Amino acid sequence: MAGVDWTDSTVEAGGIKLHLRRAGPAGKKSRSVMVLHHETGTLDQLPFYDALAAHYDVLVPHHPGYSRSERPAWMRGVRDIAVIHRGLLSDLKIKDAALVGLGFGGWIAAEMASMAPDDLSHLVLVGAMGIKPPQGDILDLAITGYIDYARAGFHDQKAFDRVYGAEPSIDQLEMWDICREMSFRIAWKPYMYSQTLPHLLGAVRAPSLVVWGDDDRVVPQSAAARYVEALPNAKLEIVKASGHCVDMEQPDALAKLIVDFIGRE
Amino acid sequence: MHLMYFTEQPMSAYPEQAGRDFGATALMLSNKHFDPVEGSRLYNNYIEQYMLAEEVGVDGIMLNEHHNAPFCMQAKANIFAALLAGMTKKVKIVMLGNPLPLAENPIRLAEELAMIDMISKGRLVSGFVRGGGQEQLATGVNPAFNRERFEEAHDLVTRAWTQTGPFRFEGNHYQHRVVNPWAVPLQKPYPRVWIPGVISKETIVWAAQQRYPYIALNTSIEQTKKIWELYDSVAADVGYVGGPENRGYLIQVHVSDNEEKAIENARQFRWMQGEFTGLAHPVWSTPSGYGSPTARRAFVEFASGRANNPRGETSFEQQMADLRIIAGTPKTVVAKLKRILEETRPGILALWGNDGRVSQADSLTCIKLIGQEVFPAIREIAKSLDLKSPFEANAPVHLKYSTDLKPRKAAAAE
Repeated sequence: MAGVDWTDSTVEAGGIKLHLRRAGPAGKKSRSVMVLHHETGTLDQLPFYDALAAHYDVLVPHHPGYSRSERPAWMRGVRDIAVIHRGLLSDLKIKDAALVGLGFGGWIAAEMASMAPDDLSHLVLVGAMGIKPPQGDILDLAITGYIDYARAGFHDQKAFDRVYGAEPSIDQLEMWDICREMSFRIAWKPYMYSQTLPHLLGAVRAPSLVVWGDDDRVVPQSAAARYVEALPNAKLEIVKASGHCVDMEQPDALAKLIVDFIGRE
Repeated sequence: MHLMYFTEQPMSAYPEQAGRDFGATALMLSNKHFDPVEGSRLYNNYIEQYMLAEEVGVDGIMLNEHHNAPFCMQAKANIFAALLAGMTKKVKIVMLGNPLPLAENPIRLAEELAMIDMISKGRLVSGFVRGGGQEQLATGVNPAFNRERFEEAHDLVTRAWTQTGPFRFEGNHYQHRVVNPWAVPLQKPYPRVWIPGVISKETIVWAAQQRYPYIALNTSIEQTKKIWELYDSVAADVGYVGGPENRGYLIQVHVSDNEEKAIENARQFRWMQGEFTGLAHPVWSTPSGYGSPTARRAFVEFASGRANNPRGETSFEQQMADLRIIAGTPKTVVAKLKRILEETRPGILALWGNDGRVSQADSLTCIKLIGQEVFPAIREIAKSLDLKSPFEANAPVHLKYSTDLKPRKAAAAE
């Protein structure tokens, strides 16, 4: 997208070397939006990231242990990642950021929001893990093949092909395995949710937008209602013709929802 | 030479077609296909086999455990070990082994094993394993910490056996504020620990560092030799000379009084669709974090169907030719085993005698011939080759009980 210039850097937060991609509209100061990626890691380039960066100062940190960030062997929980990303925002002197959490990243964003309730402008959770769905279960990585799991995130398999290619590369498979290992290290039991998070969300002050694909086969939609109920000021949007990975399957629709929610700058 | 009998305790009454239709015979194949009436019959068959094995003079009975699959009915090896402790008189009860990482409370494991050792009057060999990937998933244990849990649980169990309690254990994966079990092993310093394995280099290195015998599971002669090369090199590093007393080998051998029948029955070693542990999705067998990071790339290629199984896939005929499956009358079998003994020089040998749907009558014949004809001949061969078991060699139970260590000088790095 014209006018979006991404920079890659290695930043240190909490003693961990993190990979950070950052971009924003040229020549003006804009609100910072931190995007928290999926448990499958993240690709470098995504139309969704570009769409947000047309309006905001977008930060995409790779989570510790995922994609290009190093793995801290000591980590034991998803809240540990939330603390590290909180530290990153402080180190970068970013206040009043908006958080956009995608799937597993939604869990991290929700944990971050619960830690300093006054310090976020907006919270956007998209197909967020982190809460035990009242009906159904979160799809189990451990018994699902790499490609089957990634494909389960898409309503339309052609959308998967567009993003990853019909036959994902061995590099991609290897990266999925590395990410999977980290997910096991920090979210094995209970699997991909916290038993305390729903109770902590009552403190969140930021207005929240909960978004779900209408065909999410990874995190049952029942979890969306639970999030909306637990967050004091939240509304729900369902994106049509989308699986779990709304950001990759319906990037424009998701970006529009977020821009409408956070506001144009 | 220590000579053992082994069976996987196959759940041979499961409907094979159901597994083929489902596309897997492990972990996720529904237990609606498990018939406890058949299960009861088979468990009692296996007890009969073990009792005969003792009667015909085997030195040890090797036990193991697996979960959620028809290839092995033992869900808890300690149950059969306890049975044998009470029912047998002479045989060693050789557990190969208890999957340490599956233990949420290793102290209970230490207590169970101590009880088995006392009840059997000191006949326990307490092997330990990491457990396959599927075992972690079947029991909800985090595969990414498998090796850490293995080593830490080993530390806790052996300390519970040897250190006077009460004491406190604060580990990364296990925290126990009171360790003081009132059941400790009869054998001192503690029962022998043998470590079976098939693919992980790390396990061979670890076993050699502890001076625990390593039991190669049905590897080819070439693979077995490579295992001993690595083991001996680590042994030299820590200061002892690896030998037959450090080496065990398990091999599929079916013995009959008739060559054709032996070969026909030996085909049952491939009864799990040709796989040791049945058909499974590769990510079940090797969940992320379970395998060695050095094998990650090769593994994902295999798991996505773009490369052949790194463990290799060979036909029955090829396995017979490679001496990974041996079948025949005692005379044929002894001649082939002799070659393996000469080439790989183990001091511990386990014959995996029967598998799959081999009838109880044929299984008992096999055990009888093993005990009465094969093993006496093997004992003579072992004597001539000077293949001593850890018992015969009076080998230390663990490296720290060694009195003969001469560590290899560190390389001239300093």
